[in-house]
Amino acid sequence: MKMYKYFLFFLLLSASVNLYGQEDDLLSLLDEEETINYTTASFKATRIINLHSLESMSAGELDIKIQHRFGFISGGAYELWGLDQSTIRIGADYGITDCFMIGFGRSSYEKTYDGFMKLKVLRQSTGARKMPITLALFSSMAIKTLKPSDPDRENYFSNKLYYAFQMMLGRKFSDAFSLQISPSLVHRNLVATEDIANDVLAMGFGGRIKLSKRVSLNAEYIYVLPDQLAEGYHNSLSIGFDIETGGHVFQLHFSNSTSMIEKGFIAETVGEWGKGDIHFGFNISRVFNLK
Amino acid sequence: MSTKFLMATVFCFCAHLAISQTYYSKSGKITFHSDTDMEKIDAENASASTVIDFTTGAIEWGVLIQGFKFEKALMQDHFNENYMESSKFPKAKFRGIIEDYAKVNLSKDGEYKVRVKGDLEIHGVTKTVETDATFMVKNNMLSAKSKFSVLIDDYAIKVPKVVENNIADEVEITITADYQLLKPKL
Repeated sequence: MKMYKYFLFFLLLSASVNLYGQEDDLLSLLDEEETINYTTASFKATRIINLHSLESMSAGELDIKIQHRFGFISGGAYELWGLDQSTIRIGADYGITDCFMIGFGRSSYEKTYDGFMKLKVLRQSTGARKMPITLALFSSMAIKTLKPSDPDRENYFSNKLYYAFQMMLGRKFSDAFSLQISPSLVHRNLVATEDIANDVLAMGFGGRIKLSKRVSLNAEYIYVLPDQLAEGYHNSLSIGFDIETGGHVFQLHFSNSTSMIEKGFIAETVGEWGKGDIHFGFNISRVFNLK
Repeated sequence: MSTKFLMATVFCFCAHLAISQTYYSKSGKITFHSDTDMEKIDAENASASTVIDFTTGAIEWGVLIQGFKFEKALMQDHFNENYMESSKFPKAKFRGIIEDYAKVNLSKDGEYKVRVKGDLEIHGVTKTVETDATFMVKNNMLSAKSKFSVLIDDYAIKVPKVVENNIADEVEITITADYQLLKPKL
């Protein structure tokens, strides 16, 4: 009999627990499965300015990119502060998967064709899988088709080839702030003299600060390790804004680099900020969905 | 004594099952549709959670904003980054009451039209919404569907002038779910 009372008590207790339960959050009755939340939009575009960002195109997205640099501002009024000249790269990038993209382009600077591949190896995420950084690997090749300076010399096809390898290691620290470092190696098959290195090692730094939902301030600096470049070459420094409107991203910037591909802006930057050798330029990107 | 013990336990167990009228789904589907002359935008999320308690008529929905899939990846980025600010407001929630829940006969096949009223929280803003919903009972399976519209302006979602013509002021939301009985935790 005593036992029975206990059970009655328990029954009442469990019933009342049930009633209380209904006043709670009903959804809390379900065990929530944790999902992986991948960090997106660390940068607005696949380029910070010249430097490739850790972002890649999504699968099936085609990005037609027009990159343009005016002449040096130091040209003064006679050159309309550089507006008389222009250097341009027209290119197309395409996402084969969400983590693997390819691209090619043609630069007016030394009439160069280039092609590249970029693979995201690690993606920053929270939730079920925590990953503090995004890591992408990049490889590119360029062919300079400008007629050789000395046509009488034997000019092999391989003389025109350039290679670049980069790692993009970065993190979106907050909604507004992302930072990336890019260890880089540029290989030139042919250099002017023997004492100039064929391989150039450099470390790129890039970041962005969002000023509003659609505008961000970007900066990048590429530090070339000492004793690799000939006299007269400088490190590349660029500062600019990303302005995003729907399917377009406009990037407006100032840079001392003329070329817009790795072998050029890392190893062949001749402009000096201090002397006003600064190009005003822009990248326009329009994304199309081919999926 | 031991027989009584057993009977009491069984009784207790049955009592629990009998009272439980709580249904749930973890694969509720929410789609939304924005339609303008310039652009049609569709997105779908098929992993919304929902619970209904038919003893009180209480109904709840919860969904992760990041889980909405768009046709265009860029749209999805912009949706999360610029409009919904999903890192700040990761979830949308609905908490309400099925006003005429007693109409739904869970043991008889049929379609039951009901009125649902409650608080819808999107983008950190909570508004009262009211809509018609339909419950379908078939072979002891319960499913539900509803369609309603929200004004994006109501939820403090700002659309810049340049894309004003691409995004509708009013977004149509469709929800469906196949419910299962929630087994009580004994």
